[in-house]
Amino acid sequence: MIRETHLNIGLVALLMAIPVWALIADEPFIITLMTRAVVFALAAVGLNIALGLGGLVSLGHAVFFGIGGYAMGILAHHAQTYTPLAEWPLLIEGTKSMPVIWLAAIIASTLAAVVIGILSLRTAGVYFIMITLAFGQMFFFFAISWSAYGGEDGLSIYVRNGFPGLNTLVPVHYFGLCLVILLAALFLNARLAKSPFGLALNAARQTPARVETVGLDPTRLKLVAFVISGAITGLAGALFADLNRFVSPTMFSWQLSGEIMIFVIIGGVGRLFGPVVGALVFVALEHLLGGLSDYWHIYLGILLLLIVLFGRGGLIGILCGRERVHD
Amino acid sequence: MTDPILKTHALTRYFGALKASDAVSVDLRPGEIHAIIGPNGAGKTTLIAQICGGITPSSGRVEFMGRDITGLTTRARSREGLGRTFQISALAMEDSVLQNAVLGALGASGRPWRFFGPALKDSVLRDQAEDALRRVGLHDHLHKRTAELSHGQRRQLEVAVALTLHPKAFVMDEPMAGLGSGGSKQLTSFLDGLRAEAPILLVEHDMDAVFALADRISVLVYGKVIATGTVDEIRANAEVQKAYLGEDT
Repeated sequence: MIRETHLNIGLVALLMAIPVWALIADEPFIITLMTRAVVFALAAVGLNIALGLGGLVSLGHAVFFGIGGYAMGILAHHAQTYTPLAEWPLLIEGTKSMPVIWLAAIIASTLAAVVIGILSLRTAGVYFIMITLAFGQMFFFFAISWSAYGGEDGLSIYVRNGFPGLNTLVPVHYFGLCLVILLAALFLNARLAKSPFGLALNAARQTPARVETVGLDPTRLKLVAFVISGAITGLAGALFADLNRFVSPTMFSWQLSGEIMIFVIIGGVGRLFGPVVGALVFVALEHLLGGLSDYWHIYLGILLLLIVLFGRGGLIGILCGRERVHD
Repeated sequence: MTDPILKTHALTRYFGALKASDAVSVDLRPGEIHAIIGPNGAGKTTLIAQICGGITPSSGRVEFMGRDITGLTTRARSREGLGRTFQISALAMEDSVLQNAVLGALGASGRPWRFFGPALKDSVLRDQAEDALRRVGLHDHLHKRTAELSHGQRRQLEVAVALTLHPKAFVMDEPMAGLGSGGSKQLTSFLDGLRAEAPILLVEHDMDAVFALADRISVLVYGKVIATGTVDEIRANAEVQKAYLGEDT
């Protein structure tokens, strides 16, 4: 068995080493693939807070991913067409600045998560899954019918948005930016899991009656977890849209919600680096098997089956065993 | 006579046509252990859920520290100072013993909205939790996963979590359930000392423990209190013997 900390350090090293190799070997496409994996991992870090810590099986996280994507698409669209987003009550202009776009993505997905969370958390179990799925579908069809922003065709951005001091059009610059954000999110996630809030949330997942008996509100704990979760996935959506310079309703699709969940499950639900492992494996399979067959999801399905049947802690569980209860 | 800390006024609860609680009036005075006994299905757990929250009485009310708490949520009752232990352990099984006790301390602090510093390094929470674990004799198992504890140790942990709340009254639902005679004796002597800190409303099946501990006993049969009195009075009560004790001995 490998110590989980050692595995995590190895993973961070791998995330850094592959692009460096790709840079030397002049393989910019590999860097783009790695950026895709890192952004997917960030989206899954978000879901892992709701799913792993809070036990909330959300099949609607693409909502936040899509909101982040459209936050980038709409702001950049207005900037490149020189039209204001709104003129009343105050003038809001589009922007090509990533930090501003990220802030907008986080605020919009936070608001959506508050509303969806309050409504969904009135239910539990299979009903919770269905309500989150229903929200996902509502946003999906809304985006399709929203012709002002491309409707079914989505929105294209001519030039990737800018970040002060970096040339985001250089693949490795944009990769570095995304990696720093992923590592920051993982750091916050690690602190969160051990914090008083994390402890209470962990207990609320396992035994809500106990949490209530010590005077805390399990539903409110889960709601806050859901909102933090949605905000992180929303930020990932903005990065994803900027990576592709394109946003479309498929970012809201339930397949995407499923994929984010698959990243978490492949890597290991509730494990800090589970989303990273899951996203890396997914993107690797997509690239390697996708070249062989359009039906590569068959192999993904087999992998998922094997992991769920034989390794309940995902790949990290298989490699490192059960999570340790103390430091 | 001192005023009771906890008092129920004619609590009645129907489940359909079944009267699970029938005008139950019991009270808990400072410094005492008041035991509630009764055969299976007498409505003991229903009574506890009405006192601690979870089941709303069809009529009647619950008074705690002079305040009507009938309409309060479980959480609010806990914050008022009701310390409950569960009949079937409701612990976070994947977490360590220490984490479970820290959860209690965290609840008592009322400040769970801290997202950054490690909970186990918060000296206030940690001291409170370790203190409670030391008192019930679990301090050697701080970092053990709760699922790995023996049944008896889980019962001890249940009590420890209640201790971290520093409640003004304990409500314990069969704390001895499933304990061996050794464990049962140990817990009995612990509860004996605990009553000086806060009175205990004790629902219990273990008659040895009840007779050793209780200042007063109420006997619940078919949702109705048929007698309340000291150990000797209850032993001598003909109706109680017929309804309950007679079946066992």
